[in-house]
Amino acid sequence: MSDNTPILELKNVDKSFGPIDVLHDISLKVRAGEVLCLLGDNGAGKSTLIKTLAGVHKPTRGTILMDGEPVEFSGPRDAQEKGISTVHQFGGTFPLMSIGRSFFVGVEPTRGWGPFKVYDRKTANEIAVKAVQDFGITRIDDGDRLVGGLSGGERQSLAIARAVHFGARVLILDEPTAALGVKQAAHVLRIVNEAKRRGLAVIFITHQVMHAMAVGDHFAVLIRGAIAADFRRGEKTREEITDLMAGGETMADLEAQIETYMQSHEGQPPPPAQ
Amino acid sequence: MNGFSIGLFLRRPEFGAALSFVAVIAFYVVFGGVSLGALFGAASWINFAANLGIVALPVGLLMIAGELDISIGAMIPAGSMSIAILSGYYELPIAVGMLGALALGVLVGLVNGFLTVRTSVPSLIITLGTLVAVQGLVLAGSVILTGGASVPLEAPAWAKAIFGQLILGKFQVIILWWFALTVVFGFVLHATRYGNWIFAMGGDEVSARNAGIPTRRLKIALFVLSSTAASFVGMCGAILFNSAQVSGGMNYIFNTIVSIVVGGVLLTGGFGSIVGIFLGALTFAVVNQGIYFTDIDRNWSNLIIGVMLMSAVLMNNTFRQMALSFVPKRKR
Repeated sequence: MSDNTPILELKNVDKSFGPIDVLHDISLKVRAGEVLCLLGDNGAGKSTLIKTLAGVHKPTRGTILMDGEPVEFSGPRDAQEKGISTVHQFGGTFPLMSIGRSFFVGVEPTRGWGPFKVYDRKTANEIAVKAVQDFGITRIDDGDRLVGGLSGGERQSLAIARAVHFGARVLILDEPTAALGVKQAAHVLRIVNEAKRRGLAVIFITHQVMHAMAVGDHFAVLIRGAIAADFRRGEKTREEITDLMAGGETMADLEAQIETYMQSHEGQPPPPAQ
Repeated sequence: MNGFSIGLFLRRPEFGAALSFVAVIAFYVVFGGVSLGALFGAASWINFAANLGIVALPVGLLMIAGELDISIGAMIPAGSMSIAILSGYYELPIAVGMLGALALGVLVGLVNGFLTVRTSVPSLIITLGTLVAVQGLVLAGSVILTGGASVPLEAPAWAKAIFGQLILGKFQVIILWWFALTVVFGFVLHATRYGNWIFAMGGDEVSARNAGIPTRRLKIALFVLSSTAASFVGMCGAILFNSAQVSGGMNYIFNTIVSIVVGGVLLTGGFGSIVGIFLGALTFAVVNQGIYFTDIDRNWSNLIIGVMLMSAVLMNNTFRQMALSFVPKRKR
């Protein structure tokens, strides 16, 4: 049954900052080789949830389980060592560093001895380029290139490849496609599928329903810090999900309202709310 | 990709600095009637470059790491006054004076470092505070302890030989210190993992910390390094000139920043090189001191420095863009 034990599970997790409750009663699980899509509008508590998963915040109440065992992260470093890696919107990479150097930040390979331990540029570049190419990004073939010269999609891919190379089991992707064009986003989605194929548990945070539907196995919609809906692939249509994210008020209703207003006001859209 | 390649050289941070160095000398030769032999045989600008360069190296590292230290302007007279008061006025052994000067550097560096990592105040403001505070401390301390603002110092021969002699009667021995420190700093920044950490910290501090880099400790260490280096320069000056004054040193703030930026270091951090900082100090010294070798009225020198700074910054921006978009030709 070990196959069915979720790698990461949240049980009734609450998080509040002083008097402000940000997360209420969140229960989630993600298994190996599964993509969990976390959907939610701005301010729904996605960032707080990610930070709680990544060890930045400690839950106020509730438990986090890894492989069925309760865990507590002392900080982001601890969570990383336990196999939880977060990749941020802009890749969390260093634009003016070379691919090889930024790939190995904090864990640089060295050769030599004592005070003359020298950063091993050749090895670093070779490993970094190979790791990225294994994810299908064959355009990256020179580890000396600066990260800032890569496209947004390539940077995301580099960051994901890095996380996987350093033993991530759970990959948290924080809006990886938000700032990307259509083609670049497709690129990243392919990488997500590849990570899933390799048996990683992926938590994919987005507010783009299309992107979520393309890779997700399991979906959770977050509204004002609580899970408003939890369903599996194919159980809801795109429109239903969008409506859920907009807070229950259906998008179609809203459009109809605007339409009526414009008809009765000579084609003028409604004035902004005061 | 092996061997020399124009493309590789072009995307190095020091390329702009090398170009400015050549351009400034060419300018003086063509418009100032300077003979190259006289310029390269002269000590004044190399002495100037060495004093400036020793401070510019650690401050440059700080700038690459995304911070700034202007308290060095007060640390230079503080270093020379410490050794002069301890070993000159109180006649303690010279080693005690040296330790005192360096210890003061470490202490001020620790204060700068701790305040920077513990608060969200920019290091420019924090070191502005310590700059003024150290100035006051040195002036008041000197007047209370010795009754004056200038203290003589008689250093023994061995100390003079190592820190304050004139080689061939004109080259300060601190030039050799500068060369040695450049090699050490170059090794640390470009060949060790600590160098990589400094770049990462300047590029994106949060990501660097998440990647497990002890950003706080590293930053404090860099602040200690820069104020100690400034104190060291002051100490060597006191040994060389047999006296110390509470004033002076303020020019170093501006000069260091200019030479670092001319050297290709990005003011906001994350990019730069030691060779660039070295060349930056050299270039600045040529502009500043080389004017005395020319027929040009030296009142123009600040104008030239200003123009040089602006063109260096613009040039460095262009080269950085080129570096970012540089893709080596694929081998088929």
